[in-house]
Amino acid sequence: MPDLLIELFSEEIPARMQRRAAQDLKKLVTDGMVEAGLTYASAAEFSTPRRLALTIDGVLANSPTTVEERKGPRADAPEKAIEGFLRGAGLTRDQLEERETPKGPVLFARIEKRGQPAAEIVAEVLEKTIRTFPWPKSMRWGAGALRWVRPLHSILCILSDEAGAEVVPLEIEGIVAGDRTAGHRFMSPDRFSVVTFDDYTAKLKRAYVVLDPAERADAIWHDATNMAFASGLEVVEDKGLLAEVSGLVEWPVVLMGRIADDFLDLPPEVLQTSMKEHQKFFSVRNPKTGRIERFITVANRETADNGATILAGNEKVLSARLADAKFFWENDLRVAKAGMEPWLEQLKNVTFHAKLGTQAERIDRIAALARELAPMVGADADQAERAARLAKADLSSEMVYEFPELQGLMGRYYIAAAGEEAAIAAAAEEHYSPLGPSDDVPTAPVSVAVALADKIDTLTGFWAIDEKPTGSKDPFALRRAALGGIRLVLDNRLSLKLLKLFSQSIDEHFSHLKKEWEDPEWQADIDAMKRVGAKSLDEFYELQAALREKHTSQKERDASRRAFMEHIAAFDVQKFVSHEDELLTFLHDRLKVYLRDQGIRHDIIDACIAMEGNDDLTLLVKRARALSDALKTEDGENLIQGFKRANNILTQAEAADGVEYSYGADVKFAETDEERALFAALDQAEAQIEPALQQQDFATAMTALAGLRGPIDAFFEAVMINADNATVRRNRLNLLSRITKLCTSVADLTRIEG
Amino acid sequence: MSDTTTAPKSFQEIILRLQNYWAAKGCAVLQPYDMEVGAGTFHPATTLRSLGKQPWAAAYVQPSRRPTDGRYGENPNRLQHYYQYQVLIKPSPPDLQDLYLGSLEAIGIDMALHDIRFVEDDWESPTLGAWGLGWEVWCDGMEVSQFTYFQQVGGHDCHPVSGELTYGLERLAMYVLGVDHVMDMPFNDPSLRRGADGREVSPIPLSYGDVFKQTEEEYARWNFDVADTDVLLRHFDEAETHCREILDAPYDDPKTGKRIIMVHPAYDQCIKASHLFNLLDARGVISVTERQAYIGRVRALSKMCADAFVQTRSGGWQPDSAA
Repeated sequence: MPDLLIELFSEEIPARMQRRAAQDLKKLVTDGMVEAGLTYASAAEFSTPRRLALTIDGVLANSPTTVEERKGPRADAPEKAIEGFLRGAGLTRDQLEERETPKGPVLFARIEKRGQPAAEIVAEVLEKTIRTFPWPKSMRWGAGALRWVRPLHSILCILSDEAGAEVVPLEIEGIVAGDRTAGHRFMSPDRFSVVTFDDYTAKLKRAYVVLDPAERADAIWHDATNMAFASGLEVVEDKGLLAEVSGLVEWPVVLMGRIADDFLDLPPEVLQTSMKEHQKFFSVRNPKTGRIERFITVANRETADNGATILAGNEKVLSARLADAKFFWENDLRVAKAGMEPWLEQLKNVTFHAKLGTQAERIDRIAALARELAPMVGADADQAERAARLAKADLSSEMVYEFPELQGLMGRYYIAAAGEEAAIAAAAEEHYSPLGPSDDVPTAPVSVAVALADKIDTLTGFWAIDEKPTGSKDPFALRRAALGGIRLVLDNRLSLKLLKLFSQSIDEHFSHLKKEWEDPEWQADIDAMKRVGAKSLDEFYELQAALREKHTSQKERDASRRAFMEHIAAFDVQKFVSHEDELLTFLHDRLKVYLRDQGIRHDIIDACIAMEGNDDLTLLVKRARALSDALKTEDGENLIQGFKRANNILTQAEAADGVEYSYGADVKFAETDEERALFAALDQAEAQIEPALQQQDFATAMTALAGLRGPIDAFFEAVMINADNATVRRNRLNLLSRITKLCTSVADLTRIEG
Repeated sequence: MSDTTTAPKSFQEIILRLQNYWAAKGCAVLQPYDMEVGAGTFHPATTLRSLGKQPWAAAYVQPSRRPTDGRYGENPNRLQHYYQYQVLIKPSPPDLQDLYLGSLEAIGIDMALHDIRFVEDDWESPTLGAWGLGWEVWCDGMEVSQFTYFQQVGGHDCHPVSGELTYGLERLAMYVLGVDHVMDMPFNDPSLRRGADGREVSPIPLSYGDVFKQTEEEYARWNFDVADTDVLLRHFDEAETHCREILDAPYDDPKTGKRIIMVHPAYDQCIKASHLFNLLDARGVISVTERQAYIGRVRALSKMCADAFVQTRSGGWQPDSAA
């Protein structure tokens, strides 16, 4: 059985796409072959910057011949029906067989599908694969229509067995498949032909190409760690970088270079980011000091001077890069040490969002809110406010302009350099957290205050201007902000009245508006606006956006002024709406998703959200956990059934009678022991539950509640609610009402499913 | 050409060798466009000529300005004004990579000693509504060129596809000449002793710094701190309006009776708007969100220019024979 070897040789394939592309090639070709009946023993894929390769062993020489029997019309069917059948089967009348069946003589066709030689199938499958290849991004080149990730130059496609190799006949847009490939672009560019996969890899290696990316990565890591070790240093591990670098070379040659002394005092994160992002260098660290002292680069060739020229070049490039970083660092430090005023000043010119004002305005709001929050999270109010004022100052720094991923971290360095307290510096880095679901949650009180204020300001702001997430669209990452806020509250066990904080935050948005209104240019209009009030927050913000049109031409200014006046004319004082409740619902939805991942059912959360104080998320979750635990016990589960039964009977009776049975159950009208026992049990449970709830001890409350299960079950077993005696009936309904009231004082159990 | 075997001695010699090389490969050697642009791509010989089916091959030097990159001439290789060498060939020839590598050899880069790499870098110009796939070319870890197969320009699919090469001349030259600071780079040949007539001449060696150090300082100060943002904003608005007005004019010129679509004059306004945006950016008055809006406004202009260009003869328009 022959083996198949395919190589698609192109201009340089992006490193990040190579592995996936080789896998796609394997999948598409083998799937296509198998579908055509051409099975094989094993397949393996490889990639280098310039080629995707696939070797398939033990391919059938031909796909097997298959026979299909097809039942046709009766032999005496109208001529038209028989003709149609013949057309479909591709046969003539004399090729059909007539067989007797219980329904009379019927025509049968035997359709033989002859096996196809492997080469034909491979050619078809490979052509289709190339034409429909799922590149993340593909392109055309020259005047042709074919798409590939970069120009495709040659196709090697051979079937080989003991007798030798046979080229699979295939031509795509002028590229004729053959048995030839080329070696390393510079070290061995000549083309050569191959006969088998082993021959292919051996000749490639002689031509300075290591085909297997894993082999290249291993070689790089091996040489790099050895080289660092020999100097008493260690390579900073970076798997992503290793994979990328091994996709940039066909013949890896590891070189270790020096970082000029001038740059060794830059923060290690800056060195590492600059070297990785710009140069794809590995950082080499001194394990004793933690300082990054050297770098590893991987060249794509050997040279007569053992890489000396290449290394010198790389060192020079790095020096230039780091000179830039150092320039930023030193300039930034100067500004930082002088108190960062110019940075904060600059943020007045940076719009955060057209309707939400500048970054400076945003910082003012966050600072005010952080101050409010401080006592609630155990932070010093002055510290929290100061931290909030400085936390985003680094956005104006040159380093962050160059490396946005260093925002916050640079803030920490700069604020510390300014001589501020460590907690204030730390808040700069930590206030962005948590970013993802697995990101660490800050615990330092000052950081927590600023982080929460930041998230609340973002949420109330975008909510107010009606930029809420819809479906998969969440351009301002509000879901992430909400989850971050939730985790900050829960992980730090904070008891916060969120609704109050939301409304304070919204007030902050307003007070900025007011400032804008004091702009004399608009005073007349604003006076008018104050007289009429605004219909909604959205309109407030639209007006604010109109007020901002200061840099536009006179023509546009006049137009926006007209629009502004029309707005004012349309105001309705009475219809002011706020968004706090809606925003809280959004947070609750996020909380449900978060708790569902922790195994708490959504109906349990709903039952707790329905209770008062649901804007205190810590309380809410405590309640939900207790309820969830209680429902896992047998008593708890059965209590729900008892509760539901009581509730159903009660609501039906109330609907039928048109009265509300809410109080007045009296043990003196009890007729049975079970009834009296339930009275006693309720007395006892109430005495436990009420104080427990006051202390937010939901576990005790739930346990007490679950303890009612026995008396309730026994009651329903022994007692008929709808007694003939009206007094007894009313008393029993009032008793049911006592049950439901007590139950729903813990959580709204009507929302529990099942 | 014997000079390819010797090392070049000056910045200008590298430019001259590139000019000779690409001239020998059949490119029309054009001159710089006479407006402030951010990159060689803005030259109409690239943006507009990459549109339509007419074959094209051009090479030229383009002075380019990036106000935010100004460093008062102190950074070893960042400048707010620098030179790009630009090659555009349509359709892209199959051996474009080899042609490119040949140009590196022509300027004295020995392929046997250096590490040349093609590293993914998809090019996108949001202001031009253009994108392409290609690489940045690295020589020993340094980006020496941008290599792009244009896929779309001004919102139009490129068919055929142009191959574009952009060399950052200062950086490339510094590397070839072994200079660490751009200002130290010899602009002309410091060892030159003889004039064209064979007579000894006194050398007037000029470094890059002799030519540009002072201008870098002047522009850095102006770009960062002094340029009047109100004026810039107004000019931006005017350029935008003007561009639209030019393109709104009827195609048929009432005076000559000819079909004259004023694409290039309109495109000049688009270039202006783009540069004004860069200046505003350097002044730090454009926020992240506003930035998108400004870029969108410039893109709208370049799209209109591209739409108009394909209505001209150079853009592939043919008079309707039936009309």
